[in-house]
Amino acid sequence: MADALLKINGLTKAYPGVVANNNVSFEIKKGEVHALLGENGAGKSTLVKMIYGLVKPDSGQMTLNNSDYSPVSPNAARSSGVAMVFQHFSLFDALTVAENIALGMDDAPKPRELSKSIELVSHAYGLPLEPNRIVGTLSAGERQRVEIIRCLLQNPELLIMDEPTSVLTPQEVEILFKTLRQLKEEGTSILYISHKLEEIRALCDEATVLRHGEKVATCVPSKTTAREMAEMMVGASFANPVKSSRNIGETILSVKALSSSSQDQFGTSLKSINIDLKAGEILGIGGVAGNGQDELLSALSGELKTNANAIQFNGEPIGELGPIKRRQLGLLSAPEERLGHAAAPAMSLKENTVITAARRMGLLKSGFVNWSSANDYAEEVIEDFDVRTPGTHTPAGSLSGGNLQKFVVGSEVLQKPEVLVINQPTWGVDAAAAASIRQKLLDLADNGAGVVVISQDLDELLEISDHFCALNEGSLSEIVPTAGLGMDQIGLMMGGSTASFEESAQ
Amino acid sequence: MIRFEKRLAPSRTTTILTPIIAVILTMIAGGIMFAALGKDPFEAIRIIFWDPLFDENFASYSRPQLLVKAGPLILIAIGLSVGFKAGIWNIGAEGQYIMGAIFGAAAALAVYPAESPFIFPAMIIAGAFGGWLWAMIPAVLRTKFKTNEILVSLMLVYVAESILASVAQGLLKNPDGYGFPGSRNLQQYPSAFNGEVIANSGMHWGVISAFIAVIFTYVMMTRHIRGFEVRLMGEAPKAAQFAGVSTTRLIVFCLGFSGALAGLAGMFEVAGPAGQITIDFNSGYGFTAIIVAFLGRLHPVGILLAGLLMALTYIGGELAQLMLGLPGASIQLFQGMLLLFLLATDMFTNYRIRLGAAQ
Amino acid sequence: MDLPGISPVLLIASLMVSATPILLAAIGETVVEKSGVLNLGVEGMMIVGAVVGFITAVNTTSPALGFVTAAIAGALLSTIFATLVLFFKSNQVATGLGLTLVGLGISALLGKPYEGIKSPTLQAFEIPVLSDIPVLGPMLFSHDPMVYISILIVAAVWFVLKYTRIGLVLRAVGENHDAAHALGYKVIRIRFMAIMFGGACAGLGGAYISLVRVPQWTEGMTAGAGWIALAIVVFASWKPWRALLGAYLFGGITVLQLNLQAAGVAIPVEYLSMSPFLITILVLVIISAKGNHGAPASLGRLFHASN
Repeated sequence: MADALLKINGLTKAYPGVVANNNVSFEIKKGEVHALLGENGAGKSTLVKMIYGLVKPDSGQMTLNNSDYSPVSPNAARSSGVAMVFQHFSLFDALTVAENIALGMDDAPKPRELSKSIELVSHAYGLPLEPNRIVGTLSAGERQRVEIIRCLLQNPELLIMDEPTSVLTPQEVEILFKTLRQLKEEGTSILYISHKLEEIRALCDEATVLRHGEKVATCVPSKTTAREMAEMMVGASFANPVKSSRNIGETILSVKALSSSSQDQFGTSLKSINIDLKAGEILGIGGVAGNGQDELLSALSGELKTNANAIQFNGEPIGELGPIKRRQLGLLSAPEERLGHAAAPAMSLKENTVITAARRMGLLKSGFVNWSSANDYAEEVIEDFDVRTPGTHTPAGSLSGGNLQKFVVGSEVLQKPEVLVINQPTWGVDAAAAASIRQKLLDLADNGAGVVVISQDLDELLEISDHFCALNEGSLSEIVPTAGLGMDQIGLMMGGSTASFEESAQ
Repeated sequence: MIRFEKRLAPSRTTTILTPIIAVILTMIAGGIMFAALGKDPFEAIRIIFWDPLFDENFASYSRPQLLVKAGPLILIAIGLSVGFKAGIWNIGAEGQYIMGAIFGAAAALAVYPAESPFIFPAMIIAGAFGGWLWAMIPAVLRTKFKTNEILVSLMLVYVAESILASVAQGLLKNPDGYGFPGSRNLQQYPSAFNGEVIANSGMHWGVISAFIAVIFTYVMMTRHIRGFEVRLMGEAPKAAQFAGVSTTRLIVFCLGFSGALAGLAGMFEVAGPAGQITIDFNSGYGFTAIIVAFLGRLHPVGILLAGLLMALTYIGGELAQLMLGLPGASIQLFQGMLLLFLLATDMFTNYRIRLGAAQ
Repeated sequence: MDLPGISPVLLIASLMVSATPILLAAIGETVVEKSGVLNLGVEGMMIVGAVVGFITAVNTTSPALGFVTAAIAGALLSTIFATLVLFFKSNQVATGLGLTLVGLGISALLGKPYEGIKSPTLQAFEIPVLSDIPVLGPMLFSHDPMVYISILIVAAVWFVLKYTRIGLVLRAVGENHDAAHALGYKVIRIRFMAIMFGGACAGLGGAYISLVRVPQWTEGMTAGAGWIALAIVVFASWKPWRALLGAYLFGGITVLQLNLQAAGVAIPVEYLSMSPFLITILVLVIISAKGNHGAPASLGRLFHASN
């Protein structure tokens, strides 16, 4: 049996009102891919931040190679041989690949030598990179490479990867796994954080499962079913959404050759997008993050105006209308970013209802806000969508991710939209809340509304949508029925190759 | 070890407490400064904060002055506070104040010496228009070209000062003024004179307008959708965009509103207490109003109180100059310190301070 | 148009002098903004530098010492801003304004007894050989040392930002403070140093006005130079050499309008004296219409380490 590289013994970390980690112990062996598994909020992030020196534990010890390990900073962690690839990349958009990598190294070599070794190492591990590219112009997958190469250049003994595949296409995932297996062969240990069970089964040697900040189980993923691991993670079984057969009606929303340039300097422009959505239908739009999802939502919500005919609602051109007019017609939307976009964090839930429901729910009387109606509506949403909160006066920012998402989705759904466009409906939401949100979307479609779900969670899309398509670099693939769609086909659609998709479909 | 935790919503108690703490800290620091200047700090503080209101020798003169000084400060600060709430930084109110005065005075002087009850209302409109127009320059540049409104509005103060100097010696110069720069005195032009509404109270139409602005803004910010949009823009600009708030319209509104109020303040000043357009007509109200807006927590009622307090430091400062020979600049410093102390104590509103181990 | 008394040699020589205060302040502010902080207190730090430099020079008869103390004074004043913004998390716009108001107050207070006195000023430093070149010599190479020092500071800032690790870290902090923090860089410490550097440069710039350009102390004598410096940083798209270009262009306009005033051109003085501000606005508009590329992404945003 291999020696332990990192031993974690009784780590505890409490924040005001919540114990993020309680007495967590486990060990990572040399040359092992170790999975850290748990729902959002289970304490995975805090745990790895302690290992990486970003957070100091309240109590507990760690040893690395049998000697005391208590990093006071990420620098200290790196010099001990611990490197980390973040979920939200810690990259600098305006700087070059080489500059970004130099920043992550404690003793960066001269720029020219560094560029050379970046090319060398990145090719050796099958993740090619150009050192002089500006990072802001890279795709999400390429950006991740920058992070990985930054780590690899320092020959880490332990590489921590936080949800690395959430930004990758299935094909890119395969490339990444190959790199990780190669690293493992070379004796590097990997701590792999994820909640994607199939991936963990394919890659990891051992798994530690966290729930509510505590370690609840360990298992060998290859000998455990995904269902079993899911139950360890959640601690209970929960109802899967029920998809009934629905009556599909007339076309309600049609998008024709929609093109639009992004408002963001490093954003993605939309290229000739066509959508046909019928009443009672759920259309799932997949794709890797950063391929135009935010822009598509903005174009549909009215935040980004286009030419009038590019978007038609019940046959009426609405491309030039702003969000308020579109909502009045019945086209509602919910963006991905809950805090700051869908909701104002410092404002109360009551105030937050006014953002989208002001006119549709009659919260305005000749320009004046009827605060008691707003309060009633907020209460209705809280009750209907089982939002756990002390009351309508609570600031939106103090709700947990899942509860806030329920509130955001709820305040759209209860406005009885004819079409609801929603981006990442269950991102960062715990499993039970995610299931209930999906059920609400299904119910909405059952009642005759058209629903567009943009998501990076393929399982979710396959579960609830009738039709599927994928965004790639601002273009939308052909729309196909979800039933009978295989992973390899989806992968091709996400990769943007429609031609080969037709071949493989035959 | 001290550490800070971000509060999700500002604490209500500290929102009210911090300005008071800041005033006390400023008094302490100011006292030290006065002592360093060789004056008795307690006497200086008393002369500034107490004597103008309660000393029998000065109160009869000073009390009306309180409203005279507070009027323009409140009027300008109320306007600025709306923009500040939305994250739109008009720091050129001084320029808008000057332009309001010029337009207002010009409207009256154009028809001099005709007498009519319509002259004063026309001046009010002209004054508000002058300030609005001057604020529209940064507004249009910001919305059309994304030019930074902070720098443009500030630069326009210097331009307005040049225009002021020009009209005081040219266009609006008193033809019967024996060649001295400066316009006719509007105090001697009954139709244009912004006199006291109640004798010896200091209450002129500008003060009344300030009170109206306070009430109007309070209602708008708490009840009207426009006020909600302003707050939303400040709290979460993307959420405002999502709600369908037009950024362009909001910028134009906020700058226009603050410009118009600053213009009004200038017009009421030139038609009343100042009486005439002179080269050094402006006295920094536009900048002090920024302090007033922050000291009042960008809240209409807070601004009302802060404006009165700041007016007190002006009057008290003049008194201290007279009685103690305290340099005029020390009051300016005193006001600046007040703003900095306030910003420092602000942290207690937005953060929770905890003592204990790090992280 | 024939303009007697305006010679190109003198014009360029005097535009370098007139541009130097703004250049010094602008290059300092460039560094501050590159680190992601917007300090609107430049005007306040300049005027405090002006008064402190003046007082020192008068009392020690050493203008050089005046510049040193002016830099220290500017840096000290900027620590107030740095403390409020970085530790007390105050609003940067409001704090910068507050700093300007306080600076104007302090300077008026300190300078009162010194009004109307003339200070010792810097001697011109004729660069050997180069200053003997006809036309170019007196135009470019016969200035006081601060003119050259200011150009050296620009060169140093350019080099440090572009080629050194500390420059890279500074840019990274200004670009994305959360990522820099996650990598273990001391965001607050780096910003504190940058703000102090900016303060020192503004102090030097102020002292140049009171010790060389005028050289006298009058209340409020910086007269908006700090604000112009802020505009020049934007004009320069946060690039050091372009800040030099911007400052010299502005210096040229100022000198030209002063010369036109002196030459008695039939344009009212008020219009000439407002022209630098109008032109600055115009330049800002042109730059922003082209799109403000190069602005540090974290500029003006509040940093609060959440872990």
